[in-house]
Amino acid sequence: MAQKQFREVIREAIREEMERDEDVFIMGEEVAEYNGAYKATQGLLDQFGDMRVIDTPISELGFAGLGVGAAMNGLRPIVEFMTFNFALVGVDQIINNAAKIRYMSGGQVKIPIVFRGPNASAGQLGATHSTAFESFYAHFPGLITIHPSEPYDAKGLLKAAIRDDNPVIFLESEQMYGMKQEVPDEEYLLPIGKAKVKREGKDVTVVADGKIYHVAKQAAEQLAKDGVEVELIDPRTIKPFDMKTVIESVKKTNRCVVVDESHPFGGVAAEVGFQIQREAFDYLDAPVQRVTLPDVPAPFSKKLFDIWLPGPKQVIDAVNAVTYRS
Amino acid sequence: MSNSDKTSITSKTATITRATDLPKPTRKTHKGLNISEEQLLELYESMYLQRRFEERAMQMYQKGKFGGFLHLYIGQEAVSTGSAFALNDDDDFITAYRDHGHGLVKGITPKAAMAELFGKKDGCSRGKGGSMHYFDPEKHMWGGHGIVGAHLPLAAGIAFANKYKENDRVTICFFGDGAVDQGSLNESFNLAQLWKLPVIYVVENNGYSMGTAVHRHSAGKLADRAYPYGMKYDVVNGMDLFSVIDKVSEVAKRVRETREPYFLEIVTYRYRGHSMSDPANYRTKEELEEYKKIDPIERLKTYMLEKDIAKEKDLEAINEKVEEVVLEAVDFADNNDFPDEEELYQDVYADDDFPYLT
Repeated sequence: MAQKQFREVIREAIREEMERDEDVFIMGEEVAEYNGAYKATQGLLDQFGDMRVIDTPISELGFAGLGVGAAMNGLRPIVEFMTFNFALVGVDQIINNAAKIRYMSGGQVKIPIVFRGPNASAGQLGATHSTAFESFYAHFPGLITIHPSEPYDAKGLLKAAIRDDNPVIFLESEQMYGMKQEVPDEEYLLPIGKAKVKREGKDVTVVADGKIYHVAKQAAEQLAKDGVEVELIDPRTIKPFDMKTVIESVKKTNRCVVVDESHPFGGVAAEVGFQIQREAFDYLDAPVQRVTLPDVPAPFSKKLFDIWLPGPKQVIDAVNAVTYRS
Repeated sequence: MSNSDKTSITSKTATITRATDLPKPTRKTHKGLNISEEQLLELYESMYLQRRFEERAMQMYQKGKFGGFLHLYIGQEAVSTGSAFALNDDDDFITAYRDHGHGLVKGITPKAAMAELFGKKDGCSRGKGGSMHYFDPEKHMWGGHGIVGAHLPLAAGIAFANKYKENDRVTICFFGDGAVDQGSLNESFNLAQLWKLPVIYVVENNGYSMGTAVHRHSAGKLADRAYPYGMKYDVVNGMDLFSVIDKVSEVAKRVRETREPYFLEIVTYRYRGHSMSDPANYRTKEELEEYKKIDPIERLKTYMLEKDIAKEKDLEAINEKVEEVVLEAVDFADNNDFPDEEELYQDVYADDDFPYLT
């Protein structure tokens, strides 16, 4: 096994799937000659040529929709958004066309497409470049939403996503591309829709996905020093959500904090909290708490931004609340 | 300040293209277009079927047999019929929500088409699409799409896949004049020309974007939208079947050879309102009557009678046959079952065991 960066495994997953299946191609802004805005697609143009690694104009509506049409007609496109913030101008193509055409056609048209790219904030980029979309995309029937936090998961899940016959939203992070982890050299796939217990603990269940998983992990390490054993669950896939793993854990720990880098209203945390109160009500020793972004756009100013983005302290405070520690 | 002194936002004097001002129809005869007499009769039957299908659909809607939207194509049949004739069976069609004519010419049976309107299980989209979403990918009918202009990039993608797979299929994408104002048209035109995609974009300019006349919703001439992209374009008389066949054949040949896109503005007219709830008060009776005088079905009928290709009684026999087919379709749709309850959760995802949240 070798230590590999997040961006390297994204590239490996794409390369391996393109080698395996000629119908797979990738397009997006700067994916080819520039080698990817975040170098996730470095070297792919040289290997596969410009019919399969395609630079698009800055035209998200156009190329997102073109990808959907190509998927309808037998190809398996990977559409890279430089960030999902830019996908908003083309989001009708994702929510009305990619997600609904299978249903509206009575199952006659399949749309095997992956929309991937960085999600959520990445430092002081201002309000329009800092939105977390996992809850948004997970809201719509017809879409799969994957939100990995580590290279190992990202590679196995991206390969599974490319082979999946559903439209998949695959959310990465600018701030995770350089993150390293041991990743097997041999090929592997991971099942979509399966959470992973990444740290076992008996005192409290903490659920955290994507980049903010690392905030929760830091908090868990800090709490362990204080004698609080956190069971840390990374759902990895937001839709379908592996609620079973979370509920089983809560039945063991009787307490839960959901850490979610989207806004509070109708977010992942809201849904997980609802499911827990319905499925594990009698097991709870404290109300479920959540740590989310405030209901406020991203501010620019560093001082305000640091307050806006939850850190380990907020997670520790929430764990203290559900364990009635001060 | 009197009302007349106030600045006006849009022109009150311009009108839509009058029936008398349409582009000149082709001078070619059926022989010049390589259409046999037998094919002429088939074309007549196809147009008449689309019209009677929709007239009956309208009656069924008014009787309360089904709900939802119903956008009728009546008046525009030469466009769907001529395009399908000019193209191959395996060429790809995609259109907007006024899609009954396109579905029928691509081979969706009247029974499956009518059952879809009724929301029944043997409808062409299994009752899940309705009037606006006719699908039959095996016959290269890629939908009926409900959001104005949203299917234009899909057409580019279908054409991209054909180019990628190196087959010689051509994609034709129909939309109304309202779609010309959407950003999706400009993004699709740019990509189609930039990447040389084998797609024919067709605006069926029927004069109105819902109730807003074309000169009140679109700056400049519609066909000129192609110009800045270096895309070839032309304007066609859409009330004349032969003109549509002539131009679409020529363009299809060119697109098949060059693998480059083409834009056609086909000028036509819809006799009914935008949808069933629209009394069409925004236009005059005279305007409608002028168009009805150049009705595409009557025009073909007159042509065949004058050339002695068919007698009145031959055409009446076709009409009777069509009437029977349409009534059978209505009967079929009426008696067909609604989808099973389990169908609600089927076809959302590829997986039959998807763990839906409750």
